[in-house]
Amino acid sequence: MSTLPADLQALADRARDAATELGLDFPEVVFEMLDPDELNMVAAYGGYPVRYPHWRHGMAYRELQKSYEYGLSRIYELVINNDPCYAYLMRTNTRLEQKLVMAHVHGHADFFRNNLRFAPTDRRMIDTMANHATRVRRHIDRLGPERVEEFIDACLSIENLIDPMSLYVRRAGKPEPEPEMDEDRLAAGRVRKFPVPAPYMEPFVNPKAAMETERKQIAEEIRKSRKNLAEPTRDVLEFLLYNAPLQDWQADCLDIVRDEAYYFAPQAMTKIANEGWASFVHTRLMTTRLLDPSEIVEYADRHSGTVVSGPGRLNPYAIGLAIFRDIEDRWNRGAHGRAYRECTDDEARRRWNTGAGEGMRKCLEVRRSCDDLMLIDAYLTAELIDDLKLYTYGRDPGTGKLVILDRDPNSVRQKLLKMLVNGGQPVIELVDANHDNRGEMRLVHRHEQSGLDEGQARETLRSIHRIWTRPVHIDTVVESRIVRWSFDGKADATSDLGKAEPA
Amino acid sequence: MRRIDRDLGRFHDIVRGEVRKNLRRFVQQGDMTAREGSRTVKIPMPQIRLPRFTWGQGGGGGGGVGQGEGKPGDQAGQEPGEGEGEKALEVEVTLEELAEILGEELSLPRIQPRGRKNVTTDMLRYRSIRRTGPRSLRHFKRTFKQALRREILSGDYDAAHPIVVPRPEDERYRSFEVTPVPESSAAIVYMMDVSGSMGEEQKEIVRHTAFWLDTWIRSQYRNVVVRYLVHDATAREVDRDAFFHVKESGGTKISSAYQLCLDILEKDHPVDQWNVYAFHFSDGDNWSSGDTTECIELLTKRLLPAVNLFAYGQVKSAYGSGQFKGDLDQAFKGRDDVATTDIVGKDGILPAIRAFLGRGR
Repeated sequence: MSTLPADLQALADRARDAATELGLDFPEVVFEMLDPDELNMVAAYGGYPVRYPHWRHGMAYRELQKSYEYGLSRIYELVINNDPCYAYLMRTNTRLEQKLVMAHVHGHADFFRNNLRFAPTDRRMIDTMANHATRVRRHIDRLGPERVEEFIDACLSIENLIDPMSLYVRRAGKPEPEPEMDEDRLAAGRVRKFPVPAPYMEPFVNPKAAMETERKQIAEEIRKSRKNLAEPTRDVLEFLLYNAPLQDWQADCLDIVRDEAYYFAPQAMTKIANEGWASFVHTRLMTTRLLDPSEIVEYADRHSGTVVSGPGRLNPYAIGLAIFRDIEDRWNRGAHGRAYRECTDDEARRRWNTGAGEGMRKCLEVRRSCDDLMLIDAYLTAELIDDLKLYTYGRDPGTGKLVILDRDPNSVRQKLLKMLVNGGQPVIELVDANHDNRGEMRLVHRHEQSGLDEGQARETLRSIHRIWTRPVHIDTVVESRIVRWSFDGKADATSDLGKAEPA
Repeated sequence: MRRIDRDLGRFHDIVRGEVRKNLRRFVQQGDMTAREGSRTVKIPMPQIRLPRFTWGQGGGGGGGVGQGEGKPGDQAGQEPGEGEGEKALEVEVTLEELAEILGEELSLPRIQPRGRKNVTTDMLRYRSIRRTGPRSLRHFKRTFKQALRREILSGDYDAAHPIVVPRPEDERYRSFEVTPVPESSAAIVYMMDVSGSMGEEQKEIVRHTAFWLDTWIRSQYRNVVVRYLVHDATAREVDRDAFFHVKESGGTKISSAYQLCLDILEKDHPVDQWNVYAFHFSDGDNWSSGDTTECIELLTKRLLPAVNLFAYGQVKSAYGSGQFKGDLDQAFKGRDDVATTDIVGKDGILPAIRAFLGRGR
């Protein structure tokens, strides 16, 4: 239920009607008014008031709190992909800010519903998250917070080892069951043992024969259900879920972490498109429908605050907004297609106008079909790159300083695309789950000119080992040599696998 | 309790765990000398984070795309990693908490104050009754009694229908009373040899040791006074800042410090009112064996009866002979109120603290 005061509810209704008139299509948007502290709390939980307990939420909350106290940052609004769409407003916002935020939120709500990347997401995530919380809390009640948290830490540390594209395509050929790893060992880990208060009770509480029967039974089950790795996979979490020697509660936690990672993945793929679209919508709604004349100056001030770009920083709001405006302008003028592309007369291009008036329709289509990669690839034109003053930068080999490299549209676009591929995360594949025929796990980092952070990578290997319980390796490239970092449960190791082929 | 408070609590537990795990390192290198008067110390700590596979130095390809003015070759914005990412987490820990961690880590016994000292302080105890006060302190039983008494006296009380309604004048409230209570107070006297042979490094060690000693003793007494004495061939009292930074040179006459310490104790901190802790740090060189004899004499006859604990820490230096500790050990073998130890480098700080405070005196 909305907790909005009547006057703000009236504003929200106006924003809703205006958005509908603009042709947007969104679920019901429920606004909640929160105090700064409450908003920080919800933000620390990633927008969900009920989330499973974990210390990192506490850490996030503390950081938000500090930075709000010192006036470094404040959150205007928070919106989550759910049906109905929940949006939180900061109580201390001015009336104009609330109006602006409401318009912006309707842009997001429309994007969540229509963009194809979000099509497979859970629209009742708020309930799902609450269920996750209940499950985790039950495990904590039974086992104590330390054990559960320690395991969730290990899962979270590899939450980026998923295959976001698997949401949209069917991978060919599900792996065939092919028993070759040591099922007996796996089974031994899954046999249920009852805790005994003293060692002498062990043979009575957990009789050997019964344990042995159960172990054999489980080993047989594993043998049957065994999915072995037929081809490399990026969904390491899934593989672990089905194949690692996990106890029930551990599998449950891993499942929860994986669920949430997939739920959030589309948001990482559409930062520019989503924020650009919401900004496009709020400018359109504000300037044509919602603004009172007396609010113009404050609006201009707030709006420019959201699209400001500091030196050397890239603002997704600004770039996305510029792209959508450019699309609208060009499709209104019919300035696209082969004839326009091949025209070399700058003046003619500038004045190009067929009176097509297709702008808004095209924008709606783009917001439906594009993620960041497609948006940048197809619609960030050379003119826009010039207008936005984009450049590529890199490290000067001489001075070691970051310097501007060039403003060539192609290299800017290439660089941007590279930054956006895989949500800016290194691409890592699981290639072998029975490395050396010893049940060891081998990952490969698909190296593209830049290396992994070794310290973190080694710690991450420990996390995987915590789950997989057998040695774990990752192959990557360091200074044009292929290097294998390993962790066998006791010590780190490094081996050199020879010269890397140039990427 | 809000949900977030529980997570925040877990986070704090983890931070405290990290502090505990790294205590040894902090003791050795952390310059945690709290600002005067402050009740907390800031401890720098590597970021508490969940590790993950991520880009190393330079991020996705050692560069990126920026926005703004400038031509090729110009500096591009600020360095990533300077502003964010690399930020070290600074945790604030209260001195009480730190003392507690230290105590648990070194398994220090709690100090038993020596006898009942005569210093008293006023404490407020809620054990009287007044006719006015806040609602929250209303004493129901007394109020009821008062109302009952009034009703019986005035004849309003009907035993068949025992309804007692308190009137405003019946209300009784709990109230405080000032009670003098004996309080244990402690005086710490630090004495340091600042003769030419004590270098910067030695003073640094003394400083860190003093910080931890302070922290622990403060956690054990409500009221702690600290005095600082330095000596070479003569002794004088200095303030805290000077204590750690003065550079003197010349010979060493330890008895001068003990004499001054005695004077101060007799004047300001008589033994019947104070728990006195005397810590002396030197590199173990003394003027003459004659002076050493005098020191032992002073200690036995006058200083030791006036203190809870006399502790001597011998900081190893390149010049000191280290003779003094041996002499003390010989003279006070088996005595409970004398602790001596060698402090070899910063690694020696923790063992020294344990040696000094492990007796629970």
